[in-house]
Amino acid sequence: MKVLVGVKRVIDYNVNIRVKADGTGVETENVRMSANPFDEIAMEEAVRMKEAGICSELLAVTVGDEGSQEVLRTALAMGADRAIRINVEVSPQPLNVAALLAAVAREEAVDLVLLGKQAIDDDANQTGQMTAALLGWPQGTFASELIVDDGRVRVAREIDGGQQTIELELPAVVTADLRLNEPRFVKLPAMMKAKKRPIEERTPEALGVDMRPRVERIKVTEPVPRKAGVLVADVDELLDKLRNEAGVI
Amino acid sequence: MEREQIEMDVVIVGAGPSGLSAAIRLRQLAREWGRDDLSVCVLEKGPEVGAHILSGAVIDPRSLDELIPDWRDRGAPLQTPAVADHFLLLREHGSLRLPTPHSLRNDGHYVGSLGNLCRWLGEQAEALGVDIYPGFAASELLYGDHGAVRGVATADTGLQPDGTPGPRYEPGVELLAGHTLLAEGCRGSLSQQVIAGYELDRDADPQTYGIGIKEVWEVDEAAHRPGTVVHTAGWPLDTRTYGGGFLYHFGERKVSVGFVIGLDYTNPHLSPYQEMQRFKTHPAIRSHIEGGRRLSYGARALVEGGVQSCPKLEFPGGMLVGDAAGLLNVGRIKGTHTAMKSGILAADTLFERLGGESDQAMATGLDQALVDSWVWSELQRARNIRPAFARWGLWGGMAYAAVDTYLFGGRAPWTLSQRADHDRLQRQSDAKPIEYPVPDGKLTFPLLSSVHLSNTNHDENQPCHLQLRDPDAPIRVNLAEFGAPETVYCPAGVYEIVDGDEGPRLHINAANCVHCKTCDIKDPTQNIQWRVPQGGDGPIYSEM
Repeated sequence: MKVLVGVKRVIDYNVNIRVKADGTGVETENVRMSANPFDEIAMEEAVRMKEAGICSELLAVTVGDEGSQEVLRTALAMGADRAIRINVEVSPQPLNVAALLAAVAREEAVDLVLLGKQAIDDDANQTGQMTAALLGWPQGTFASELIVDDGRVRVAREIDGGQQTIELELPAVVTADLRLNEPRFVKLPAMMKAKKRPIEERTPEALGVDMRPRVERIKVTEPVPRKAGVLVADVDELLDKLRNEAGVI
Repeated sequence: MEREQIEMDVVIVGAGPSGLSAAIRLRQLAREWGRDDLSVCVLEKGPEVGAHILSGAVIDPRSLDELIPDWRDRGAPLQTPAVADHFLLLREHGSLRLPTPHSLRNDGHYVGSLGNLCRWLGEQAEALGVDIYPGFAASELLYGDHGAVRGVATADTGLQPDGTPGPRYEPGVELLAGHTLLAEGCRGSLSQQVIAGYELDRDADPQTYGIGIKEVWEVDEAAHRPGTVVHTAGWPLDTRTYGGGFLYHFGERKVSVGFVIGLDYTNPHLSPYQEMQRFKTHPAIRSHIEGGRRLSYGARALVEGGVQSCPKLEFPGGMLVGDAAGLLNVGRIKGTHTAMKSGILAADTLFERLGGESDQAMATGLDQALVDSWVWSELQRARNIRPAFARWGLWGGMAYAAVDTYLFGGRAPWTLSQRADHDRLQRQSDAKPIEYPVPDGKLTFPLLSSVHLSNTNHDENQPCHLQLRDPDAPIRVNLAEFGAPETVYCPAGVYEIVDGDEGPRLHINAANCVHCKTCDIKDPTQNIQWRVPQGGDGPIYSEM
């Protein structure tokens, strides 16, 4: 079975996000970037499938500029067999990415597309679903468990108030949730080898994908800072504040 | 589990200015002299190059000119020339502009971010064939025959808090090298081991240190004066405490503002963090940043001992370079140029030992090469300034500095000795309590909201990287006699005294640590040992 894992390079989850003064986006210059954590979980799952002999070829794909190669090096060090970077200069929107991933999935005849459920930068939670739709494949989103057996994949999904288990026929698209696994640490010798391995390059043109944006971003603002809490003297004061200041009761 | 071994020619610990300069020079020489097989590997504990770098910084490009003469054309991020030097003596209400001392004149220097410069140096190094591995911490020295250092091992990952292997356990890797360069910066954990183990400081005075706390602000275009450099002495410190503030305008509407305090301070109630916050409220400082936005925060210890405190740089199997060797010039508040030069000299020395030719005559070894270089004469001239302040306070120190500099030209026929910092604290009962103002949330901030801006992070599920040699000392000695100074000086809120069932105990929030090393230095009984946590943990500074 051939598995494609998508990896997006995002602002590191430890870094405080800063909105640009002109409100056009967030500051990314001189900001630490790393792989989207949900994509790392997807990668870990695929590596485990490889180790279990279920996956025969593991393909890591990213969409981005040259700096994005870094996340592919990590993917190779974790256990990917091949790495492909689809070269784009401008940050693409989920539909563009889905179209690119679908094109690669077709070209490479993969059996399973495994993605993070969403990227922590835009939190769009669309790429997996759109990829499935464009391919016409079944989808299993928010996976917390994944079992491949005889051309089918059983996916335990994290849903509101519980878990749902579904079974999909391959080829399929599955997106990883937080509890699916805990990604391994990258080993130094593996990283050393990964540095020397080739990274294949594709372009949207060669894949025949229309990269026009469909959504216009109007403004980015920082969340309103939370007001400091106050200590109330007694229940009466609390009720008074809830009724008259907060207006919630 | 057995550790994998990897053999290389040179392994360098730390991707700061000295380590990267050494790496770049080695590969330049290798290319020049047809030794392209020379393998140079740099380990960096931060998640990326520059993430753990913190400096003022007004940088003297002397060594950069030597290492990469066309750095301007290659787009090095030193784009703000220093244009105006201000030296202010602050009093609580007002300030006095003093003539800028010779050592603080910055003609021809550049204001910028050393972190950004290191990122750029990292790119230059990689282009020359240096292998840099950020996110991998060197945690252990390896020894070969005859007790010589034979390389380093990286930290195990996936250890549980009790030190046993967890489900994601991966043993570290042994990097074996003929030559190991320790470029860890001030108070490096491996550097401390070789200095002690090989008695490299046998003929030296104790090393002395300072703590620097820094914030980067973004200000309005109208308030931004690129290249303006302000240094201050005096308030908010008393005249017995060594320290001062800095404020530099650079880049795109950026202002670095910070404060350095000598770790020989005596009052256990003194909080370097709070002094830094208070410093910003002075009208002469406030006017630069008020209305701006604070972008980042960090802290780092720095070496202040000068030549008296320099250990020998060479040890069997390796060398110390940069601040790990104590090469900062505290009179000029600069260490990047000396750190880089020591890296260059180390590379020249090593290359010859590796059997390569070079046009530099380095047969005498790194220690002699350093003594013969401008680094040594520069540090020699500055050597008495810092200890004079330690002896005679602000006024006496300034008077002495003037005499030493202008009358003797830095060549006074005596050398003032240095004393260790850790035993300088007064008993709590003898010390004057200090009351610090409440933060206003605009110019001054509570500690934890500052730590948040360092982007620091540690995997909680690992052994604590701050080790106590004696688990009872924090209560028996530190709390009883000094009022738990670690809870006061730590600029990241790592240490806390909490009440437990069996009385007070020290709680260590290791996840907050910004890797400044102050606790390793200032703890009165030297009971706290700073060790590297898992690779990739710690602050993520940008533009620091």
